Amino acid sequence: MSAFTALLARDLRLSARSGGGAALALGFFALVATLVPLGIGADLKVLARVAGGVLWVAAVLAALLSLDRLFQGDFEDGSLDVIALSPLSLESVSLAKMLAHFLSTGLPLTLTSPLLALLFNLPATPTLVLFLSLLIGTPAVSAVGAIGASLTLSLKRGGLILPLIILPLLAPAVIFGSGAVSAALDGMASDGLWLLLAFSAAACLLSPFAAAASVRLNLGG
Amino acid sequence: MISSLTAEGLACARGDRVLFEGLSFRLERGRALALEGANGAGKTSLLRLIAGFLAPKSGHLLLVTDQGESDDGEERGKHIGWLGHQDGLKPQLTVREQLSFFAALYRGQADCDAALDEVGLARQKHFPCRFLSAGQKRRLALARLMLSRRPLWLLDEPLAALDGEGEALVRRLMTRHCESGGLLVAATHAPLGVPAIRL
Repeated sequence: MSAFTALLARDLRLSARSGGGAALALGFFALVATLVPLGIGADLKVLARVAGGVLWVAAVLAALLSLDRLFQGDFEDGSLDVIALSPLSLESVSLAKMLAHFLSTGLPLTLTSPLLALLFNLPATPTLVLFLSLLIGTPAVSAVGAIGASLTLSLKRGGLILPLIILPLLAPAVIFGSGAVSAALDGMASDGLWLLLAFSAAACLLSPFAAAASVRLNLGG
Repeated sequence: MISSLTAEGLACARGDRVLFEGLSFRLERGRALALEGANGAGKTSLLRLIAGFLAPKSGHLLLVTDQGESDDGEERGKHIGWLGHQDGLKPQLTVREQLSFFAALYRGQADCDAALDEVGLARQKHFPCRFLSAGQKRRLALARLMLSRRPLWLLDEPLAALDGEGEALVRRLMTRHCESGGLLVAATHAPLGVPAIRL
């Protein structure tokens, strides 16, 4: 097994075991998506109209729950020192951690979204667009989140500052994602998914470098 | 292989506070360096400096290897086996999972069972780490250090939490490491029990 897959497998294993937070994110997402229709009431038109925005925001917030521990756990117990001295570069370490976060939260959220879209009376085509937008967009949530997590890794309760750092950066993803769902609901063509793809690709390419630089800074602090 | 590690006029500061300055030493292959000093004297900081996590305020560190000389911290890190004062273990993972992860991270294949045997954890192989005592965790961290197969060991309080037998194990590992041409720098309170230059 290569060093990269070893780290990926270990982080996935940790997220699945107690205290990992993968199931927590999924539960949070499902509960928010269930509560909103209860709060808004049974106006089916309104529900379908807000579905894209609500599910996107809920997905971003759910992914946030486990993001703060992305580097912090390893930093606190000293494993990050050992990992940093391994042959794997910190850029690859960051990429592996991002990928593990996407596979343990973003992907399960995406897979359950069609089910939750039913609660919003969302028709088939917009539901498919929602599914695709989450599939394309949640890697960006993990990638941008990794930058925030690496900046706050040495702070006690850094999880409280994390949303303030990354939520503004994720605004484009929410706009493009929910915009694409709205357009599909109106039967209109939209570039939302393409813009989202561009945003996601840029985030995934750049953030390993940003996160690695910030981890390096924190290891010396 | 490393032939020597040299420090010249090394100074280290955390924030505005200068921990030490004008520190020089030269460590040849097969030798051990024991760092002794009061709490807060900067032993751990010196280890982190050698590991390349910290940058020196002034002075430099030179590592001479087969491939030439280098004073780059990141480059130096690729030769280092690290035993920090924290063990770096996850409570949810079993002893075996933990060790095979680090072995894979460092060099692909390794005989984890033999290493666990050596540190006396063969019977606890399938225990989650949360059930281990402080001394047993230390032993597991030692097994990881062994498997890293790095020529320059940096040890922070290697004897902490260990029983008599555990201390003997550490001394045996350190002696073997030095005899096979490795170098080691250890921050310690108790006498190391291996021939070492004291600083």
